Amino acid sequence: MAIIERPIDTPALARVGGGLVTPTTSYGYFRRPVQSTGWRSWAFTVDHKKIGIMYGAVAMIFFFVGGFEALLIRLQLAQPDGTILSADKYNQMFTMHATTMVFLFVMPMAAAFANYMIPLQIGARDVAFPRLNALSLWTFVFGGIFINSSWFLGGAADGGWFMYAPNSSVPFSPTNGVDFWTLGLLMTGVASQVGAVNLIVTALNMRAPGMTLMRMPIFTWMALVVQFLLLFAIPIITVALFLLLFQRNFDATFFSVADGADPLLWQHLFWLFGHPEVYILVLPSFGIVSEVLPTFSRKPLFGYPFVVFSGAAIGLVGFGVWAHHMFASGLGPISVAVFSVSTMAIAVPTGVKIINWTLTMWGGKLWFSTAMLFAIGLIVQFTLGGLSGVTHAVAPSDTQQTDTYYIVAHFHYVIFGGAVLGLFSGMYYWWPKVFGRMLNETWGRWNFWLMIIGMNLTFGPMHIIGLQGQPRRMYRWTENRAGEGFFNLGFWNLVSSIGALVLGIGALLFLVNIWVSRKNPPAPADPWDARSLEWITTNPPKEHNFDRTPTVHSLDEFFHRKYEDVGEDGLHDYKQVRTGEQIIAEEEAHADAHIHMPSPSYWPMILSFGILVICYGVIYSNLIIAVGAAIIVLALFGWALEPPTADDSEFDPPADGGQPSKELAHV
Amino acid sequence: MSDTTIDPPLTAESATTAAHDSGHGQSGVGHQATTGISNTKLAMWLFLGSECLLFGGLISTYMLYRNRQGDAIGPDQLWDIPFTSATSFVLLMSSLTMVLAVSAAKRREERNTRLWLTVTALLGGLFLAGQVYEFTVFYREGLGYTTSLFSSSFYTLTGFHGVHVAVGIIMLMSLVGMLAKGRIVGDKAETVEMIGLYWHFVDVVWIVIFTLVYLIPA
Repeated sequence: MAIIERPIDTPALARVGGGLVTPTTSYGYFRRPVQSTGWRSWAFTVDHKKIGIMYGAVAMIFFFVGGFEALLIRLQLAQPDGTILSADKYNQMFTMHATTMVFLFVMPMAAAFANYMIPLQIGARDVAFPRLNALSLWTFVFGGIFINSSWFLGGAADGGWFMYAPNSSVPFSPTNGVDFWTLGLLMTGVASQVGAVNLIVTALNMRAPGMTLMRMPIFTWMALVVQFLLLFAIPIITVALFLLLFQRNFDATFFSVADGADPLLWQHLFWLFGHPEVYILVLPSFGIVSEVLPTFSRKPLFGYPFVVFSGAAIGLVGFGVWAHHMFASGLGPISVAVFSVSTMAIAVPTGVKIINWTLTMWGGKLWFSTAMLFAIGLIVQFTLGGLSGVTHAVAPSDTQQTDTYYIVAHFHYVIFGGAVLGLFSGMYYWWPKVFGRMLNETWGRWNFWLMIIGMNLTFGPMHIIGLQGQPRRMYRWTENRAGEGFFNLGFWNLVSSIGALVLGIGALLFLVNIWVSRKNPPAPADPWDARSLEWITTNPPKEHNFDRTPTVHSLDEFFHRKYEDVGEDGLHDYKQVRTGEQIIAEEEAHADAHIHMPSPSYWPMILSFGILVICYGVIYSNLIIAVGAAIIVLALFGWALEPPTADDSEFDPPADGGQPSKELAHV
Repeated sequence: MSDTTIDPPLTAESATTAAHDSGHGQSGVGHQATTGISNTKLAMWLFLGSECLLFGGLISTYMLYRNRQGDAIGPDQLWDIPFTSATSFVLLMSSLTMVLAVSAAKRREERNTRLWLTVTALLGGLFLAGQVYEFTVFYREGLGYTTSLFSSSFYTLTGFHGVHVAVGIIMLMSLVGMLAKGRIVGDKAETVEMIGLYWHFVDVVWIVIFTLVYLIPA
């Protein structure tokens, strides 16, 4: 986002704009979108903060779309012989519920936090490649729209989010749904891949002076590990998706048993991506709670290096456990044994984290804000999910549980109880940072407790239902097989459905809270007495993030600037010497001169749009592919020929005369 | 560890000077690279790292299906090793000319840079022409895309590589044009080097493909 001291369309311009200085245009007829207000300032922005906010907003919309799909599923299963959905619609519903929640909610919401927070936490003014960042955003948005447009174009994908072969091939899934799914995931894959390269370079290369790797805030560390996972996992699913695309559209036979193919190839490729994906979903939340817990315990994170390295270890080992999703597929005893052991091994670094979090709270002065409640919720709920996860590592037990609701219970405890609660924790924690206003704590508590009660009512009974043998993905169950007494499936299915409703209301309260809090007074500069670098600037941060690029002297830089150690004989006793406001004022007083920010650009969005057109073309017509390709070529060359920062002359001249300039005025 | 205070390796002044230097790198934000490797170069290495996994997946698929042609025509009846060796040699030589282009760019010899880049693109084009010819021959001998699992996975793998070469040629030619018009933003030598990294990667992948697909008997 170019920072211009003068809004483009101030009335004052009319006086001066007599053609004295005409803006040169990089685009021929069009002029570079240098506006700092209005919808253009969002649509064509390259500011990591605006991009982060848009990522979050779109992800939140998809959260409620996916939640609505979940409610329809639970409504269908609340009673025996459910009639809300047909078998076919039910298949589409659970496929799209999972696809939406995984690819269109948790991943982009984590990307929203990473986009917004990484530059702030490492003391940078933007990401390494601001235009690529915009490309990631728009490719994700168009990909999400593309996948969901299948609902209105002949039906959505119906093979489950894992899309096992041969169910995904044309004879078993004749609508275009699977093609929409495949191409849509290729699009979101492009978004993740580009984002991963961008954020890794940012975190490694754009750190403020003194910000060594072991002084990086823990959220940035976990987000960095996630970007590496994305970097190496996305190309694998890309291969699988291309093979599926060629099978469905060019009659290849990669997964057709009748032609001698091995459908297990799909499972291997999918889970080689799919298991790292699990950590892609949950590690950002681990990073968030590792920020929230120390802040609200008034203690440093216990064993910061352990949390860092256990996160990296999870990422590494996460590539070596994929076949535990395939124990029932007949891999043979050696493979099963190896993957059993590696799966148990990955519980170790995860356990390390849980112990670190608990010991961070131990002896701390706990402040039970909503953000803290969600973080504690994560520890408890994720541990429960982790424990049922260890039972899957035991292959004989897993064989019993495969394809039952027990699995559904497990992964909702880890993904909802882990990833989603962590994201909500981050939302409450950083809301004042991002929007300059606090969220309401009373509504926050209702939001938290209803979600916690709702999730336990929904997913808790699924353990029982699953161990009783109710299969996943069955569109209805019958009364005469429901069993008797405590283990009666009907009772627990009903409980689960009621729980889903409670959970849905709980999640809606978050929107209510945003609405209620919209006119809250501006938040104080340091509302939580926080510890890390992103708080050494105003709420919300200025477009250039920091007036002076901060110099980092320690981990928890902000804390150590506020507090001094007055303890004696090796004991630590911290006394506050400055307030957050004073530190920020000091930074403002020493602002850097000549801050230049990258300028907005049309091209990222146009390029993403070209990809979208190509994807519709693959399904409908080669002619549309040609149009999309033309758009992409145009956008690529426009992009390559466009300088990252707009020329001075592209801005309107200042109202008080003088030369037009993009330079930031001193604040 | 959070209690210790160590002097930072860089001073506030150096950060301010870095902020002045807004023309460098893609970002335009003006920031010194912490690792000492420029943003674009680091990004290219990361991208190539992920490309390894892409080709890894495709090569695995081929290795799984390489003998599954049923009664249809198989690799042993198709491969023309001398011909493919010749086109492989052409592609490898294009890496040499690419190195010459990078070296010329570092010595700021604009004309030689453009010359070697053009030669690289031509050699790449020759390789692609060879691949098209080879595919045509295979097709005439009865190896369609859907003939067998072997044929599908073979065409998919080599096709993906061919598309990578084609993209490389487009980048090389665009680079020549942009150098001639003086439209490169930032460090010219580094831009040439970036395209070079990509080009060498595509060559290295071909060495792997040529060995695994053609040279090792099925």
